[in-house]
Amino acid sequence: MPIQRLFIANRGEIAVRIVKAAKELGITTIQAHSDADKDMLAVRMADEALSIGPAAAKDSYLNVDRVVEAAKASGADAVHPGYGFLAENAGFAKAVTEAGMIFVGPAASTIERMGDKVAARQAAEAAGVPVVPGSKGRIETVDEAAEIAQAVGYPVMIKASAGGGGRGIRIASNEVELRELAPMAQAEAKAAFGDGGLYLERAVASPRHIEVQIVGDGNQAVHFYERECSLQRRRQKVWEEAGADCLDEATRDKLCQTAVALAEAVNYRGAGTLEYLYDPGANEFYFIEMNTRIQVEHPVTEMVTGFDLVKEMIRVCGGEPLSVSQDQIKRSGHAIEVRLNAEDPFMQFLPFPGKVERLKLPEGDGIRVDHFMYEGYQIPPFYDSLIGKLIVHGRDRADAIAKMSRALNSLEIDGLKTTVPLHKALARDADVAADAFHTQWLEPWLDAGNLSSEQM
Amino acid sequence: MSQVLSPLPGTFYVKPSPEAKPYKAKGDMVAVGDVIGLVEVMKTFIEVKSEKAGTFREYVADDACPVSAGQPVASLEF
Repeated sequence: MPIQRLFIANRGEIAVRIVKAAKELGITTIQAHSDADKDMLAVRMADEALSIGPAAAKDSYLNVDRVVEAAKASGADAVHPGYGFLAENAGFAKAVTEAGMIFVGPAASTIERMGDKVAARQAAEAAGVPVVPGSKGRIETVDEAAEIAQAVGYPVMIKASAGGGGRGIRIASNEVELRELAPMAQAEAKAAFGDGGLYLERAVASPRHIEVQIVGDGNQAVHFYERECSLQRRRQKVWEEAGADCLDEATRDKLCQTAVALAEAVNYRGAGTLEYLYDPGANEFYFIEMNTRIQVEHPVTEMVTGFDLVKEMIRVCGGEPLSVSQDQIKRSGHAIEVRLNAEDPFMQFLPFPGKVERLKLPEGDGIRVDHFMYEGYQIPPFYDSLIGKLIVHGRDRADAIAKMSRALNSLEIDGLKTTVPLHKALARDADVAADAFHTQWLEPWLDAGNLSSEQM
Repeated sequence: MSQVLSPLPGTFYVKPSPEAKPYKAKGDMVAVGDVIGLVEVMKTFIEVKSEKAGTFREYVADDACPVSAGQPVASLEF
């Protein structure tokens, strides 16, 4: 039976996005919120709203029991987790299912498998997806790590097997460093995740971050092409594109095919993203991990393909087969998204949870703003600083960058400090225009003083 | 008497980690720039520093509780 009452266990702009998609599908929306989020836009837009606890995320959006209890009490037949919070928590997916509701995402066992880096890597290798040369399984001792690093080749990255979000990653250039860093990584992994297992892989120099969007219905999967997300600060993406112009057609095809193969091999249901490192010099790509949820940057894919990924994931999780076959998915033009964060880019990106005094959003063909602001809205200080995303769609990459510049110039958010000045500077940077960057590019660019208040 | 104010809205903490001891206890000497607590704002931890020197009296904001910008979090004596 298709989903009729959807409980949205998230906040911010993604909650707004999910409410809109569900309404268009004729589904009744029930918005969860903490005490600090009573006034948020998704609460105002949803058909119903329900408090799930105090401001602190651990007592509300991250509290499995409270969220499941509230969803049940609301009479929901499905729960959408959005991204972040409990979206990739297998225990939450299991609790939702055991309470008799649909989890809008993959099966708990798939989340568990793809969330463990070693298991995900094994699944990728089994499906024929190239992976970065590295350890075959968990590493428990430092001697074992040294032996494997010798075979893989330095420099190596040391990662927590159970980790995520770039936490606990260290790079060792030689055995002396490895012997010093591995015990620290192990202790940190144990403290953060309760699991001291490590794994090692070769550190690829100046790689690009490329990812493939897939949607599966449990039997079949299709891809919606790739995204380029190399512009990152502290391992957080700030600017994302679809597609990746650095890829030739043959490499793009191979990349997308392997993503579908892996998704089908794990009987994937819902929207997911396979993340890869791409070595432009060698024209090689390597699978790094899978995100088993809708992602922040999904709109760029929607812009170039014309499909609504959030609706599609709700439909397939409600039990329908994919509404689209691979040959119906075409891409056209180029899309760019920039993340608008309530941070002061001239003050080391210090968070700035102010009040939106005045809001003027750019409008026009090929311009989209996903956000949760309104005039008079006080941004709560308790959660992520993302306040919205500006997305543009152009004929080609140069046209998209020009459109992004114009859109940024007509965007006005008074009362807050935001990352808009950073994006304006990026949109007129020569390296960005030349598509000549990689995942280690933005931080040195900032350190070199390329963003200064005088230019603005 | 003087008060230490939170520079930003967020969640105030009196100690660097859940297992640690509070930064200051009654009677401790406080120098200008000493860390008194942390404010977690949008997933970033900002140190709350004393702008005055003195003797620590008490925390006036509770650990792990919401604070607003400019709210007193601790008091000092001279």
